[in-house]
Order: sequence, then C-alpha cells, then structure tokens
Amino acid sequence: MLHTFAVYVDNKPGVLNRVASLVRRRAFNIESLTVGHTETAGVSRMTVVVDTDEYGARRLEAHLHKVVPVRRVDNITASPSISRDLALIKVAATGDARAHVMQLVDVYRARIIDVSPESLVIETTGTEDKIDSLLEVLRPYGVMEMVRTGRIAMARGTGTPDKAAHGSAPAATPAGSDDVSHGSV
Amino acid sequence: MPLTGAQIIWDSLVRQGVTDVFGYPGGAILPAYDAMLGYPVRHILVRHEQGATHMADGYARASGRVGVAIATSGPGATNMVTGIATAMMDSSPIVCITGQVGSKVIGSDAFQEIDITGITLPITKHNYLVTRAQDIAPAIFEAFAVAKSGRPGPVLVDITKDAQQASCEVDWAAAEPHLVEAYDEALPGDGDYRDAVALINNAERPLILAGHGIMQSGAEREVLQLAERAGIPIAVTLLGIGGIPASHPLNLGMMGMHGEAFVNHAIQQADLLIALGMRFDDRVTGNLKTYALNAKKIHVDIDRAELNKNVRVDVAIAKDLKPALAEWMPHVKSGDRRAWLETIDGLKGDSAVRDIQNLPDNGHLYAAHVINDLWRLTGGDAVVVTDVGQHQMWEAQYYKHDKSRSLITSGGLGTMGFALPAAIGAKVARPDAEVWVVCGDGGFQMTMCELATIVQEGLDVNVAIINNGYLGMVRQWQEFFYEKRYAATPLIGPDFTKLAQAFGIDAVAVSQRSEVAAAVQGARKSRRATVIDFQVEQEDSVFPMVPAGADLHKMILRPSPIVETAAD
Repeated sequence: MLHTFAVYVDNKPGVLNRVASLVRRRAFNIESLTVGHTETAGVSRMTVVVDTDEYGARRLEAHLHKVVPVRRVDNITASPSISRDLALIKVAATGDARAHVMQLVDVYRARIIDVSPESLVIETTGTEDKIDSLLEVLRPYGVMEMVRTGRIAMARGTGTPDKAAHGSAPAATPAGSDDVSHGSV
Repeated sequence: MPLTGAQIIWDSLVRQGVTDVFGYPGGAILPAYDAMLGYPVRHILVRHEQGATHMADGYARASGRVGVAIATSGPGATNMVTGIATAMMDSSPIVCITGQVGSKVIGSDAFQEIDITGITLPITKHNYLVTRAQDIAPAIFEAFAVAKSGRPGPVLVDITKDAQQASCEVDWAAAEPHLVEAYDEALPGDGDYRDAVALINNAERPLILAGHGIMQSGAEREVLQLAERAGIPIAVTLLGIGGIPASHPLNLGMMGMHGEAFVNHAIQQADLLIALGMRFDDRVTGNLKTYALNAKKIHVDIDRAELNKNVRVDVAIAKDLKPALAEWMPHVKSGDRRAWLETIDGLKGDSAVRDIQNLPDNGHLYAAHVINDLWRLTGGDAVVVTDVGQHQMWEAQYYKHDKSRSLITSGGLGTMGFALPAAIGAKVARPDAEVWVVCGDGGFQMTMCELATIVQEGLDVNVAIINNGYLGMVRQWQEFFYEKRYAATPLIGPDFTKLAQAFGIDAVAVSQRSEVAAAVQGARKSRRATVIDFQVEQEDSVFPMVPAGADLHKMILRPSPIVETAAD
C-alpha cells in the first residue's frame, strides 16, 4: 500500500539527492516526492510517497532518520491528513469545445490561467483522484501538455511536528554542511 | 591567532584524540601535508589509498577508536572506495579526509577532480564537501561524532585546496557538533523488554545469536551474564567471534554457511532465538522460508532499520545492546536448561571425530592444521586479521578466540586484500599485541605492496599465507556447483619467500606439517615481520557448508574421503 512520509530536512545542497539515493538503493518504489520550504527558516519539508508494506515503511522511516540532515520523519499514512496535488493542464480548445472545457473547469472548481487562440491552460489543486478525474474528462478535447507537483500532505488539527522542525535550533548551520553557501535542496 | 585551513585540519584531529593517521599525499592535499609536520600525529605512509582505508578500519576494529585515512583528490579518493564500503558494511568507524581541487574550478573537470562526495554517498554514513577554512573544524568534529554514534560507520570529509590555504580564526567551542538527537523514541509497535523477558523465561530451547554488535556496544559481559543466568547456549556470527570466549562451555561456536552442523541444527530446533547485535545476513540464515520455523524471535539492534528486514521477529527492540540487557537482567529467571544442552550435545554426532584436530598427522599439510597449530602456538592470544575465502572460514573454525576484538575480518563486503593493510592498522592501534595476518595467495597479491609499509614503519606483523595455488573458495564452488570447471581459479603466484625478502622481510616456506611449529615460533621470536608461505593441499574444501540459498539444516558435511586421507 502507499505510505506517506513527511520528512523535515536541513535546507542544504544535496539533501534531496541523499534522500532520493537512499530510497533508490534500498529498492523502494517512489510514487511521488516533493520538497519545499517550511515555516521555519533553514528547514525544508519533503513529502515522500512510497509503495511498500508495513515492515518496509518502518524500515524506510528508520533509514530516513539516519540521514544526517534529516531532522524528523513522520509517517502520516494512518493519521488524519490532508493531501493535495497541483496540476497545470494545457488543453486544445477552439470553437464549441472551448465553451465545454470552460464548463468542466467550473464544475471542478479549477481555474483558467492562460488563454491563447488554440489552447487553454488550466490550474487545479486537489486530491490526486480529483485531478485524475478532471484529466479524464479533458482528454477527449486534446491534452497537449501537463505538469503536476506530486502529493504534498499535512496532518489535520493541532498535531504540529514540534521538536525537530522548531525546537532544537537549526544546528547553527554546522558549517561543514554539504557544500558552499547558497542554494536549496 | 588565525590558522590556515590545513592547520585547522590537524588541530581538529588532535582535538579529537587522533594520534595516528594512514595516508598518501598528492596535489590537492599538499597544504595539509605541509602543515602536518607541526602536529604530534604519526603518519603512516601507505602504498595504495585502499590500504589506508583498510588500515584505518583495522585500527578502529582493534581498538574501538576512530581510524583516520587521508588521500588526495581524484584517483587518491576513488582508490578509497573499496575500503570505505568495507567499513560501511561492517559498521567500522573511520573518517576519511580527501583533498579536493580549488572551489573555483569545481565542476570544470579540473586535473584530478572527481565528485567523491557523490561517489561515496551510498557507502558513507555521511560526507561533507568543505570549501571554506572556517567550515573545516565543524565538519571534522561532526564527522567524528557521526562515525562513532549509533551504528558506527565511515564518514568522508572532502576539503578543497583553497579552503586548506585560506586562514581564519577558529571558535573551537562553536565548532562542537549539534546533531539531531539519536532516534531513540519508541515507535508504536516497538517491542517491550517485558515481552522479551517473558519469552526468555518461558522458553525451553532458547538460543542466543551474538553478532558484531556485542563488541560495538561493549556488552560482552552482559551477554555472558544473560547466558549464564538462564543457562542459554550462544551461537556467534563470523564478526561476533571473540565477543564470547570460545572456551566458554555455553559458546557453541559459529553459525551459518560454514558453521558446525550441530550449531545450525540447534538454531532450527530452538523454540526461541535471541538475536543480539546481529543482522540475519543471508550467510547466517540460508533459506529464509525454512529458517528457524519453530522459534519465537527477539531481535535487539541499535539500528532500527535492521529489525524485521530479513527475518520477521516477535519482539523487535531498537536499542543499544548494553543498556537493553541491563534492563532485562533483573527480570530474567535463572534457569536449568540441561535437557536442551544435552539435546544440542547429541546433535554433534560424529563431528568431533571428523574434526581435523583429532586426526593423526599423515604428512600432508592442510590449512586447518596450520590454523590449528597457529592457535595453539600463540596461546590463542594473537590478534588475527583474515582476508576473504577458504582460509577465512578455516580460521573462524580452528582459531579459538577467547578475547574480544581479536579477530578482524571483512564480513559483509567480503573484501579480498583486506587482511594485510587491516593488520597494519591493528598493529599501530595496539603495538603490544601479537598480530598475525592469515590470508590466501589470491588476496595477498591484491594488496601485497603494503609489505613496504610494514618495513618503512618497522612493524612486527607476521603473515601466514595459506597458499593453495587457487582462488580456493571460488574453486570450491566450481567443484560443488559447476562440475569442477575451474574457470580462472588456478593462480600462479610469485615465490613469496623471495618476494618478501626483496622487501627486506624475513620469510620461510613450509610444506610439511612438521615444519609448521618451528616457522611460527621463529616468526614469534623475531621482533620483525615474517612472511610464512604455507604451501597447503591444493583442492581442499571448507566443510560443513550450507550451499547459498539452501535450508540451514541441509549442510554438506565433511566427507569421509578427507577422514581417510588424513588417517591413512
């Protein structure tokens, strides 16, 4: 089954590579992997979705925690959580088709963010299911291009990932760090 | 007072308690080498950077301290890869420092530039690319902390030449590492020590499986206490040898592919396995589908990622072994398990009769004879460093190690060429110890250049080459599983005696059993290194053997022909 991990990492060059390399060499299948800044300066958050069993999930969690710049790992598969995916979809739409597509966009509460004589670009966020479904109904009109972020996820309610991400100060940038000065994962 | 980056390297190492380093200079590490002369550190000049990493590894395994290896960029760094991987697989704490081209030219394919942090990413616990002098001390301090903490392992610090040349003030207090705390919070589903103790107290046929972790944790005494209090026999892994005295009545000896058959039978018949600091390697379990089906299982390992990896267990505890056992001990009931011990005794069958120690001498020289004699003549007190192959298994079977950290061998990666350099490291770490290399003629030829290191450093390391003219273990597999088609295993070596003498090392060849004792005693008496070329039976095989992937209880036993040959 799919397991979703929220992984808090020091925002240093090479961290993404370390995590991706770990998942690859331990022969796990990545369903999706996203990364971005968090509310804490210097800390980034990855959402890693992996297809494995319960034992595999535990092992991967343990392995992730051994990566030095990883500050915290939460398996949020079982906890109530919200997950979202964002997609940009370019659809060929002229004449009548254009009106149909715009109706569908309304139904799905998506937005049109670019219009050209031959095409529309649709922006949508939601669960992966919802986006898959929108994609399905747009396909007959001609999907010319699509890009998706992959899943990001967050536990519901007040269960904040305290300790690592906030408390124990960002290690005063253990300067040895990975590399030079700038850049992010 | 500002220091150069090069000085900071040595200052940091000295502050970490480093007294010896193994290295090889080159362009990108030259500033560091120049600064070295001002610091109280012994530098052992190796002949190949792979040797430097094995030496650091042997140093670490013999002493429990962190071993340090140094090399230049490019080929110097890539030559370290095998040694780093070896240390990774066997959880050996080493820190490798490499020079790197100037930070301004990184990425330009400069002379001797290689992305060594990229290359070593999967085979280090962590690595660092340092491009500024002020980042050197924090990186080295953190590298030592990472190498030693939790499950130990190798760490690499790659330092650009301009970082070594630049100067800065160092705030040593601020350089102390700020690592995220160890991952010791319990997770849902974690085993509870009370469950472990309940299983132990209720077991009728329990067996302790002891691995490398008992030494890494320093839990030798605790494991023995548990065994003695509850009357539980112990089987050890290859890397667990020495952690429990071989002469202890509860120590059954090595398990697995080349363990004694009765030990493996005991595992298959046990109703409880207590796995301590071991990782159910495939060489230990054989076919997982038929492995210890009658047994409940408790697994304690400091690395949570090892739990439920190969073998599903009933109680999985992610904890340092020593405190874990201390927690159990007050609750473990003393037990009388004589019936179980007698059952195990019964499983031995006629194995003792077939054992080469009990066979009369027929003049032929068997490797097992050599090892057995070496054990006897050294009083079991030597630090023996083995390579990989048949001799490694014979050593494990016939040298009875009573002391912790007295067998050093490449287990997980199985690195041929490990023994000679690792023994040099062990000797540097423990100059008062009697150190013996036991290696095959194949593995010896992989790193024999380090004989020159022995000479230059004036080290008393004795080398026993078990010379059978074959890549013996591969030949054995060809004999058993490939219809004796000996593809690329017959091996012509040099005259090892002359070779050693060319290096300025005493050497002697032995082809009769009657000559073994004199050769070994001669080597022991001399205060210099000695190489002994033991020319043993060429097509001898290691028994018993569980073929790879076969059921653990289906072993190939010592065949009667050997009994007859040796008895005739």
